[in-house]
Amino acid sequence: MAEDAKKIMFVMQKPPHGSIYPYEGLEFILISGAYEQDISLVFLGDGVYNLKKDQDTSELGIKGFVKTYRTLEGYDIENIYVDQNSLKDRGLTQEDLIVDVKVKTAPEINSLMNEQHAIFPF
Amino acid sequence: MLHTVNKSPLVNSSLEQCIEFLAKDEPILLYEDAVYAAQAGTRFEIKIQALLKTNPVYALQADLKARAVNNIINGVKIVDYNGFVDLVAEHKVQNWL
Repeated sequence: MAEDAKKIMFVMQKPPHGSIYPYEGLEFILISGAYEQDISLVFLGDGVYNLKKDQDTSELGIKGFVKTYRTLEGYDIENIYVDQNSLKDRGLTQEDLIVDVKVKTAPEINSLMNEQHAIFPF
Repeated sequence: MLHTVNKSPLVNSSLEQCIEFLAKDEPILLYEDAVYAAQAGTRFEIKIQALLKTNPVYALQADLKARAVNNIINGVKIVDYNGFVDLVAEHKVQNWL
C-alpha cells in the first residue's frame, strides 16, 4: 500500500443486473486498487446480492461481472464487509457468498464509514 | 457524517436504509424526490417524527418549491443551495441510493 494511502470506501447498495451501478462500481474499485489505496467495500441492502454464488447471466445475453469480485484479493482488497441484517433479511449466510467477507452490524458499519477519507456509493 | 437521500420514501427504501445506519446526531439532508418525506400527512411522517428526536433533518428549498411541498413536518429545517454546500463542507458524506 502507498505510504500516503487514503481510506476509500465503496458502498454497494444495488443488486447486480438491474442497473449499471454495481458494474461501474466494480470497475472503479479495481482501478482504485491499482493505485494502492486503503480500500474497503461494504455491501448492504440489495447490494449483498452482488456476492451471491451461482449467478448465471448467459440467458440474459450480458456478460456476468460478478465473478470479478473474486479477483479483489489479487488487488490486496481484503476489507470486504457485509451488513448482517441485509443478509438475514434475504435468507442468506456467508456460505452463500463468492468471497470471504466480514459480517458487521449497522452501527459497526457506521463507525467504519466515519473512519474514511472518501465514500463512493454504488 | 452527513447522510443524503434523493428518492421518495414511499416508493424506495433508501431513506429507511439510511435511518437504519445512522448514528445519533448525524444530519440527514433530503433533496430531489426525497423532499416528499418532509411533507406532513404522509404515511412516512411517523418515521420522520421519530427521526427528529435523535437527528437533525434538512430539506432542500428548491426541491420543496418545485414539488409544492408546503406543509412541512415541524422540526424539519429548510436549507437553500448555500446551506446544502455548508453541510457538505462541514461533514463527510454518505449518499443513500
